[in-house]
Amino acid sequence: MTEAGKSLALNAGVIALLIVLHFVLPAYHHGNLARIMVLAIYAMGFNFAFGYGGMLSLGHALFFAAGMYGMGLTMQHLDWPAGAAIVAGLLAAFVVSTAVGFLALRTAGVQLMIVTLMFAQAGFLTVLYFGEWTRGDEGFVIQQSERVLAGVDLSNESTRYLAGLLLFGACFVFMSRLVQSSFGKVLVAIRENEERTRMLGYDVARYKLVAFIISGTVSGLAGAAYGLLFGYVGASFASVQYSILPLLWVLLGGAGTVLGPFIGTLFMFYLIDISSGFTSAYLAIAGAVLVLLTLFARQGIVGEARQRWLPWLP
Amino acid sequence: MDFGPYLVLASLEGAVQASVLALTAVGLSLVFGVMRVVNVAHGEFFMLGAVLAWVVATSIGVHPALGFVLALVIAPVLVGAIAIIADVLVLKRLNYDPENTIVATIGLLYIIQQVTLMTYGPDARPVEAPFNQRLALPWPEWGEGGLTLGWPWGFGTTSYKLFVIAAAIVLLIVLWQLMSRTKLGLVMRATQLDREMALAFGIHVDRVYAFAFGIGAALAALAATLIVPIQQAHYLMGADPLLLSFIVVIIGGLGSLPGTVAAAVLIGMSDGMISMFFSPTLAKILSTLLVAFVLVFRPQGLFGTRRA
Repeated sequence: MTEAGKSLALNAGVIALLIVLHFVLPAYHHGNLARIMVLAIYAMGFNFAFGYGGMLSLGHALFFAAGMYGMGLTMQHLDWPAGAAIVAGLLAAFVVSTAVGFLALRTAGVQLMIVTLMFAQAGFLTVLYFGEWTRGDEGFVIQQSERVLAGVDLSNESTRYLAGLLLFGACFVFMSRLVQSSFGKVLVAIRENEERTRMLGYDVARYKLVAFIISGTVSGLAGAAYGLLFGYVGASFASVQYSILPLLWVLLGGAGTVLGPFIGTLFMFYLIDISSGFTSAYLAIAGAVLVLLTLFARQGIVGEARQRWLPWLP
Repeated sequence: MDFGPYLVLASLEGAVQASVLALTAVGLSLVFGVMRVVNVAHGEFFMLGAVLAWVVATSIGVHPALGFVLALVIAPVLVGAIAIIADVLVLKRLNYDPENTIVATIGLLYIIQQVTLMTYGPDARPVEAPFNQRLALPWPEWGEGGLTLGWPWGFGTTSYKLFVIAAAIVLLIVLWQLMSRTKLGLVMRATQLDREMALAFGIHVDRVYAFAFGIGAALAALAATLIVPIQQAHYLMGADPLLLSFIVVIIGGLGSLPGTVAAAVLIGMSDGMISMFFSPTLAKILSTLLVAFVLVFRPQGLFGTRRA
C-alpha cells in the first residue's frame, strides 16, 4: 500500500469508527463524543496555523467566538434561519481572521503570541462591553425551535451527533487533502525554514496570511456549529481559556499531524471529565499536562507514534 | 465636589495603582531582559504573594502591624523560592526556548492558581493595614477674603496609601542601585547583554537565570503584599496585574527597566483616571488594543530603542 493509500484508509477508518460508535455508545458518552467532534474541528483549525504553519497564536478564541456570535447574534436579533446564520458566522470569522492576520503577522514568535493574545482579550472585553446585545458572561440560549437546518432538528441528540460527524468528517478530509497539497507542503517548508523558502521564490507572507485565514475561518466554523448544536452562546467561549485549550489539545495529540487534534481533544476532554469528578480544581490537571508535555513529549501522542512506529502517518 | 479636587483624588488613586504596577512590571521586565523569556505565570506569583501575606499576617498571633511587616519579608522570599524551584525543575530543562517556556508557564499558571483554590479556597480575604489614618486634604479656594484653604468633604486619602507610594519608590531605587552598583547587578547585566560571552567569562549563567526568575517573582509578591490591605487576596486576582504588566513592559520597551517604570506611571495613572470617568471595560479594551498596535508597528516599545 502506498503512503497516500494508507492515509486515505486511515481517514475512512476513523470516520467509519465514529459512525459505528453512533449506534453502540451509551447516551452519556454519545453526547460527549458529539461535543468532542465539534471541538476537534476547532483544534484542527488551530493546528493548521500552529502545527503546519509554525504560527503560535494565543488568540484563536477570538475566531471561535466570532463564528459563534456571528451565528448567534444574527439568529437572536435578526431572526435569521440557521443556515444563513452559520454563513454569517463563517463570514464574521473570515473577516476577523483576515484583519488580525494582516496586522499580527507582521510579527513572529513570542510577539505574535502576545499580539494575538491582546487582540483576543480586546475581543472578549468587547463582548462584555456590548452586554446589552450579547448578554455578556451570562450568554443567551438559542431556542430549540430555531435550531432547525433544512428541516432537520439539530437539538435532537441523534441528529446532533450525525451533524457533528458530518461536519467533522468534511473538515477532516479537507484538512488531510490540504496538508498534502502543494500549498500545505510550502507551508511546512516555511515552518521549517522561512528564509530558505523565501529564497526559493515563494511569497512567504502571503502563504502565512492565507494559512492564518483558513485556520481562523475553520475555528469560526467550529464556533458557529458548537453554538447551534448545543444551543448556547456565551462570553466564556471568547476568554483566554478557550485560546489555550486548542493549544493544549493539539500539543497533547500531536502538532502537525492530521489525526492529532482529534486524539488530543478526546484525551483532554475525558481527562478533565474524570478529574472533575474528584476535585473542582480540575484545571490544575490541564496545567500539569501542559508542563509535562513541554518537558517530555513535545510531539504529542500521534507525533510520538509517527516517530516510533508509523512513519507514514499524515 | 468640584472637578479640581476630583481630579487630584483620581490621580492619587492612580499613583497607588502605578506604584504597585511598577513593581510588578519591573519583575516581569527583569525576567524578560535577563532570560529572554515571557513568564505568563507572573500574575500568579503576584496572587501567591497576596495569599501568603494573608497566611503570614493571620497565622502569627502578634500585633497586626508586626504581622504585616513579617508578611512583607516572608511572602516575597517564599514566592521567590517557589519561582526558583520552578525554574530549575521546568524552565532550565526547556533550555529557555521562548515558545516552549510560554506554554510551560501557562501550565504553571493553572497549577499555582488551582492549588491555591484547593488550599486557600475561593474567598477573598483582607489583610489589616498596619496603620490607616484618614488624612483630609485642603483645597485652595478664591473667596471673599482672597485665597483660603477649604476642606472639601470626602477629599482626602489614607496614610497607608501614601506609604505604598513611598515604599514603591524606595524599592525601585534599591533595585536600581542593585542593578547598577553591585557585582550581582553587573553579572545580571552581563548575562542580559551577551549570554555566550558571560558564560565564557566564567559566570554561572544557570544560577543568574534562576536568581533573576526568583527576584522577578519576589517583586510581584512584594507588590501584592503592599496592595493586599487595600484590595483583598483572592485566587483569581493574578489576571489583571499580568495583563497590565504585559502592557507596561511592552509600552516601556521589552527588557528596559527605566522604560518600564515610566510606562507603569503612565498606564497606572491613566488607567486610574480613565476608569473614574469612563467605563473600566472600555478603558481595558483601548489599552489592550494599544499594546497590540504598539507591538505590530513599534516592536521596540514607545521608550525603547531598536536592538541590532
